[in-house]
Amino acid sequence: MNTPTPGPWQVATVKEIIRETKRAKTFRLALSEPSRHFAGQHYVVRLTAEDGYTASRSYSVASPPEQSQDIEVTVERLEDGEVSSFLHDVVVPGDELEVRGPIGGWFVWRGDTPALLIAGGSGIVPLMSMLRLARRSGRSDLVHLVVSVRSPDDLYYADELPGSDTTVVYTREMPQLWARPPGRLGEDDLRHVLVERATAYVCGSTGFADHATSLLTGLGFADGRIRVERFGPTG
Amino acid sequence: MKVTRGFKGRGGQARDTRLPPGQYDIGSDWPVLTAESTPNLLTAEWSFSVGGLVRNPARWTWEEIHALGSSSYRGDIHCVTTWSKFDVSFSGVSVDTLLAHTQPLPSASHVVAYSHTGYTTSLSLGDVTDGKAWVVWEYEGRPLEIGHGGPARLLVPHLYFWKSAKWVAGLRLLDHDEPGFWEVNGYHDRGDPWLEQRYQGD
Repeated sequence: MNTPTPGPWQVATVKEIIRETKRAKTFRLALSEPSRHFAGQHYVVRLTAEDGYTASRSYSVASPPEQSQDIEVTVERLEDGEVSSFLHDVVVPGDELEVRGPIGGWFVWRGDTPALLIAGGSGIVPLMSMLRLARRSGRSDLVHLVVSVRSPDDLYYADELPGSDTTVVYTREMPQLWARPPGRLGEDDLRHVLVERATAYVCGSTGFADHATSLLTGLGFADGRIRVERFGPTG
Repeated sequence: MKVTRGFKGRGGQARDTRLPPGQYDIGSDWPVLTAESTPNLLTAEWSFSVGGLVRNPARWTWEEIHALGSSSYRGDIHCVTTWSKFDVSFSGVSVDTLLAHTQPLPSASHVVAYSHTGYTTSLSLGDVTDGKAWVVWEYEGRPLEIGHGGPARLLVPHLYFWKSAKWVAGLRLLDHDEPGFWEVNGYHDRGDPWLEQRYQGD
């Protein structure tokens, strides 16, 4: 396998800011040096103050690979997150940001193998890139995305998600006329969406990732077929 | 570097000199970042091996490795995802002690650290000798939690923390660099935080 090498730092222009939820916004960034990414990869965003102080954080790309002139990153605003709160509170379209990427050669899906995508909350972002790739290339049969969120207000990409290739699990509050009562992700949520010979991609908080991987193990998934990306408090 | 419009940073506050470039102080948090599912390792079944280019390959059980004597580290750790954590303490055994028992051959120049999960990471021999690396089982005086690599992990605190393999199972000495898990997945071969060696090509 080729060693993926991220390019140097480059300037990206903020083209559009889309509100996803109360706490999350998607930033569409026009790259000055576009390069094709794999679904699941991330970019680093670096902020620089006048005194030379810098702060950088990694954000997963939500947009699919073929749309690589612009990339979309969805950022959750963390209360004490110096980068995420700046992006949310200060950045407006037309601003320029330094970015570097795409990065990551492990938590990627190349679009031609069966994949079960399991997201907890904001962990949906890199998996959305995979789902979008599958849909655009007419290979929805290869993937199924299960996303677990607290309530309808916490669901990213809510208008775009519905389809036979997605399942939404609400843990606390559910929409009206929703069949499944609110509750933690369980084996039953996964059993009916198992994709033959799939690799599982799990993304979310550490607690969620551990829970989801133990469910998968219980359903007979070998450890070697489970790829995990955990979100720490990345600020 | 280009100044970001409106970004005040720390408002002129001096930067902590313990922070390598591009890092921030995460305070009391310790994020868990792992690419695999967390294994369940029992100390009764645990072992640690040193092999490859050594005169005396060795394998220690949990009790045996504790009997080698204890060595501690107190200082800072740095994760490539940009957090640093100051003044933490770990205890275990120095890699120097393990190598004194196994006697590296003159041709040995690199090691691959491998885990019970299959994770690997590559290091030069010079980066794990002379008091720079440990196999640790205690964090702040308590058993290392499984999420952080317990019962024992490698600790190489002068390099980015992916080099400090969780759930470490052994070291294999080689006469060449054999890139490990993150090294073949785009991250730097050495990973010195002070040189900001994050990715291949840095």
